[in-house]
Amino acid sequence: MEPTTLFDKIWDAHVVNKIEGGPSVLYIDRHFIHEVTSPVAFSGLESRGLTVFRPQNTVATPDHNVPTIEQHLPIREELSRKQVETLTTNCERHKIPMYGLSHKWHGIVHIIGPELGITQPGMTIVCGDSHTSTHGAFGAIAFGIGTSEVEMVFASQCILQPKPKKMRINVEGKLGKNVTSKDIALYVIAKITTSGGTGHFVEFAGSAIRSLSMEARMTLCNMSIECGARGGMIAPDETTFAYLKGREEAPKGAAWDQKVAEWKKLKTDENAVFDTEYTFDAADISPMITYGTNPGMGVGVEGSIPTGDDLTGSDRATFLKSLDYMGFKPGEKLKGKKIDYVFIGSCTNGRIEDFRLFANYIKGKKKASWVTAWIVPGSKQVEQQIREEGLVEIMESAGFALRQPGCSACLAMNDDKIPEGKYAVSTSNRNFEGRQGPGARTMLASPLMAAAAAVSGMISDPRE
Amino acid sequence: MDKFHKILSSAIPLPIENVDTDQIIPARFLKAVERKGFGDNLFRDWRYRKDSTPNPDFVLNNPKYSGTILVAGKNFGSGSSREHAAWAVYDFGFRVVVSSFFADIFKGNVLNNGLLPIQVPEDFLTGMFGTIEKNPSATFEVDLETQTIRNNSLGTEFKFDINPYKKECLLKGYDDIDYLLSLKKEIEAFEMK
Ligand code: SF4
Repeated sequence: MEPTTLFDKIWDAHVVNKIEGGPSVLYIDRHFIHEVTSPVAFSGLESRGLTVFRPQNTVATPDHNVPTIEQHLPIREELSRKQVETLTTNCERHKIPMYGLSHKWHGIVHIIGPELGITQPGMTIVCGDSHTSTHGAFGAIAFGIGTSEVEMVFASQCILQPKPKKMRINVEGKLGKNVTSKDIALYVIAKITTSGGTGHFVEFAGSAIRSLSMEARMTLCNMSIECGARGGMIAPDETTFAYLKGREEAPKGAAWDQKVAEWKKLKTDENAVFDTEYTFDAADISPMITYGTNPGMGVGVEGSIPTGDDLTGSDRATFLKSLDYMGFKPGEKLKGKKIDYVFIGSCTNGRIEDFRLFANYIKGKKKASWVTAWIVPGSKQVEQQIREEGLVEIMESAGFALRQPGCSACLAMNDDKIPEGKYAVSTSNRNFEGRQGPGARTMLASPLMAAAAAVSGMISDPRE
Repeated sequence: MDKFHKILSSAIPLPIENVDTDQIIPARFLKAVERKGFGDNLFRDWRYRKDSTPNPDFVLNNPKYSGTILVAGKNFGSGSSREHAAWAVYDFGFRVVVSSFFADIFKGNVLNNGLLPIQVPEDFLTGMFGTIEKNPSATFEVDLETQTIRNNSLGTEFKFDINPYKKECLLKGYDDIDYLLSLKKEIEAFEMK
């Protein structure tokens, strides 16, 4: 038999039908929904006189719009409240399980899926949200879809998808001290650019990847979309199984053993061919920070902003426009730049491990007086764990307060907006113009970089 | 979905690269629960000044330019999966977006909304920008049937790619859900496997 990739194995097992010269009909195992990209899909479905075909394979949570303080009160902002209410009534009407604001399992959709064991190896998973790629960390095909496609999955549990090309990104060797998977992600995107992965599905492999925890793998797969790829994935292994075992929706008893036996087969065969392949050395990666307005504009913390001298025409204009927005000059050093805000959270870095890293760094130190910090857990369960592990006390004595779960300043649809012109070191995934509020200047980094910035009030190297 | 007809129109130029979905429609305008009115906030933060008055420097506010074709710089539509970006472009009145490179999800989304993304080579794109700069009312022809886009001023033509299935859908105004619903039996059989 011809050697195949992990991606092929899962994809081929989910093709219901293939249109000649067109896309495949792909069966979807799990469908996550949230309040922003679902209402139009529900109304489309209803105007066709249909109900959700497989509500039990669907899970809902409101995350994008929700406030991160006083969540027990009704949402003050009217439009946000209406979107969350619409999700609630739609889920009731279509019998979809929903973990709302007061629920002990509430949280960001890409945090709660894995946390509850809903995300499992070998599955196809979609959500009307590009960072669905997060779930690929479990060896699943997981990707973001548009609202029309959300409606397709509601109607038929399938979508039409052309099969993407395959890319493998190998990271070999050992990561340096205080270098995290977020740094791998920002490094890779800086190398291959924000469109380098377009048309591809990425498998991350290599010894540096194998040594990552599940949380760290999720961070990396989460960011895979930022290089333009449809998604990223990592073959399941003992780390994956250990994480899943005993979680709410993970198989139990004999079913567990049987599943694990199946999951062990999910890997790329030797000699399987990828359309594109890259290999990087983990030792070359420093703690990264972005200086521009797309996630590919990043450098090691010790480095400088490129001069852009090698760019011409529209490339140069785009580069300068971006620096102008950020208030930076070509060739400038980033270390030592004063910052105003720090945001720890999002589906990229809002898991327990991220808060442990943060707390461990700030322990015994104090927050810089001029910095405003928003510390936002990715879910209620993460919040609970932060409390149980005593991290709140560490944060509080360093001058930080813990907020309640949600997307928060990652996209600033709620009240957590970075003011115009202010600099924010953010553990989220996008530094687009205005992403964290109109005129906000976002610098993407790991939780450790964010911790170092919060304490010193400027861009600092967490290795020092 | 509306049927896609042949187009003869002038075009609006946006010679900026990596225009992401947050620029096409910022997140704070995603709060509607209905699919309408998004065109009002297309390119919101470029199009309006802080006091909500139109920014005269932005191309959509320049009466010189009009038409149903948007011509944009490389890597258009990167970022979020929000279909609101496609709705906003369509709702504003565009029927075709031309660029030398599109982000995947955005491309899929526009196709599902009767909007045609045309990927052209870099030099054809530069030619279009040049033509519009010289004469804002210069026209371009888009024929989906023959998969061609023509720059009438330069007399150049490019034959673009489109998935045959998607082409059929656009021409007939069909959508994927009709097709998927016709497969119910196969889907149920697949689930039993
Ligand atoms: S945390 Fe940010 S990236 Fe993640 S789902 Fe929420 S808005 Fe999207």
